Amino acid sequence: MLQHFGPQVINLLAAVLLLLAFAMLSQRRILSLINLFAAQGFVLFLSTALVAALTDQKHLYVSAAVTLVLKVTLLPWILHRLIRRLNVKWDVETLINIPTTMLVGILLVILAFNLAAPISQLAGTVTRSTLGIALASMLLSFMMMITRSKAVPQVIGFLSMENGLFFAATAAVYGMPMVVELGVALDVLVAALILGIFIFEIRERFDTLDTRHLEKLKEH
Amino acid sequence: MSAAGIAAQFAELALAVLLAPLLTGWVNQCRAWLQNKSAPGILQPYRVLAKLFQKEVILAHNASPLFRSAPYLIFGSLALSAAIVPTLGTDLPLNEAADAIALVGLLALARLFIALAAMDVGTAFGTLGARREMMVGFLAEPALLMVFFTASLISHSTSLSTIVEAIAHRELVIYPSMAFAGVAFVMVSLAENARIPIDNPATHLELTMIHEAMVLEYSGRHLALIEWAASLKLFVHMCIGLALFFPFGIAGGGDWLGLVLALPALAAKLAVGGAALALIEMLSAKMRIFRAPEFLGTAFLLAVLAMLVHVMLEG
Repeated sequence: MLQHFGPQVINLLAAVLLLLAFAMLSQRRILSLINLFAAQGFVLFLSTALVAALTDQKHLYVSAAVTLVLKVTLLPWILHRLIRRLNVKWDVETLINIPTTMLVGILLVILAFNLAAPISQLAGTVTRSTLGIALASMLLSFMMMITRSKAVPQVIGFLSMENGLFFAATAAVYGMPMVVELGVALDVLVAALILGIFIFEIRERFDTLDTRHLEKLKEH
Repeated sequence: MSAAGIAAQFAELALAVLLAPLLTGWVNQCRAWLQNKSAPGILQPYRVLAKLFQKEVILAHNASPLFRSAPYLIFGSLALSAAIVPTLGTDLPLNEAADAIALVGLLALARLFIALAAMDVGTAFGTLGARREMMVGFLAEPALLMVFFTASLISHSTSLSTIVEAIAHRELVIYPSMAFAGVAFVMVSLAENARIPIDNPATHLELTMIHEAMVLEYSGRHLALIEWAASLKLFVHMCIGLALFFPFGIAGGGDWLGLVLALPALAAKLAVGGAALALIEMLSAKMRIFRAPEFLGTAFLLAVLAMLVHVMLEG
């Protein structure tokens, strides 16, 4: 039963991950963006736990637990707190309008699928076709970082890019070595903290969170 | 084509025409419950139709024959589209004649006539409603076609019966692409049926309405037919959704027992679908008309993604 439906459910979760990446790309509200990020983390947790059950690799259970603690609870909590402390509830301002962003997003998905197709031919796992989706959601998060002008959505884009990377590692090739996974998880946590401080610093200097002001650091 | 197929065909058509107002009544009732209002009776749409059929028809002086014939054409094309969608059995004689693309064409035909009739008398509201309807239509149609194409890719056929048979009567496989297509289809159906994020079916506030603005000039039996056709459109869309995404319980060819059993299954699925529609409407707020292209653009994008995901994951 599990062996039959497991890979299919992982494919379904991959599709949901892609859907969430698009939802984040089109989301205007900052609080919904954080909730979507938490949902993405939860999908990642489900897929990691499922891969662990399918392949019977004990260390994947650990990384699923780390995902649950870190990406579903801790990081969204930190982000919520950051929003409260900064006292910002604005709608996110995008540099390109959203329908155009979505169309570029589709092109990115096609690109990612084409790039991943020859690679996934080489992989031996049942769920190798999810590699393209993982790559696509990474590229979409990357584009979210590019198209948003405020600092907080950029941080969320960075964190969700790491979600895509993690999904590629677990679903497509059944996990990285434990040390690497823990290292990456720690890196993300530290990055979130540093970026939090960075955001405060930007606001201190410019009285705004718009990163376009950083360009003005050049000599006039 | 078997005797059971012909029986299923007629039963489906009669069922759609007779039960469509009941579905509308059920949705209205669910919505009233969710809003903590006392609900009108579930038979209220029938009473409205009966009342309107008894009333006198009042026509504008400059109304053309098109204006008078449009309600019959709209009702006819929607009834025909209801006959194409497999709801009880898949062995339908009409399925040889029309596939999913023809179904989209029939729905477009109904839209074309209602828009033409709205512009016919030349009032400002009618024209405004017609233009909005055509804008929503031209954005919704490609998305609907893409949803059908995704289902066609899975079943290797554009015939709705074959699609239903391929999805329902095979061993259970999870199609991630159908999840995308399902979301896209719900968005398209909300827009096509003038439901809440795009249009409010209960509104008579002139500036925001789409469907109601088009039918302002109609009265008497014409209005009754148009209202009935609107219920039928909702029924057809819900049946398409059930046929594509939850086709379980629909009988195969020549299966009399299956046909009898399909009826309660359909009723249960429609009841759940209607309640879900009322819930969606409760949870969302009406959008500005300028946000409609974004909403339907997202639906189109999801439908395209569904095809891409199918090629990537299931190909």
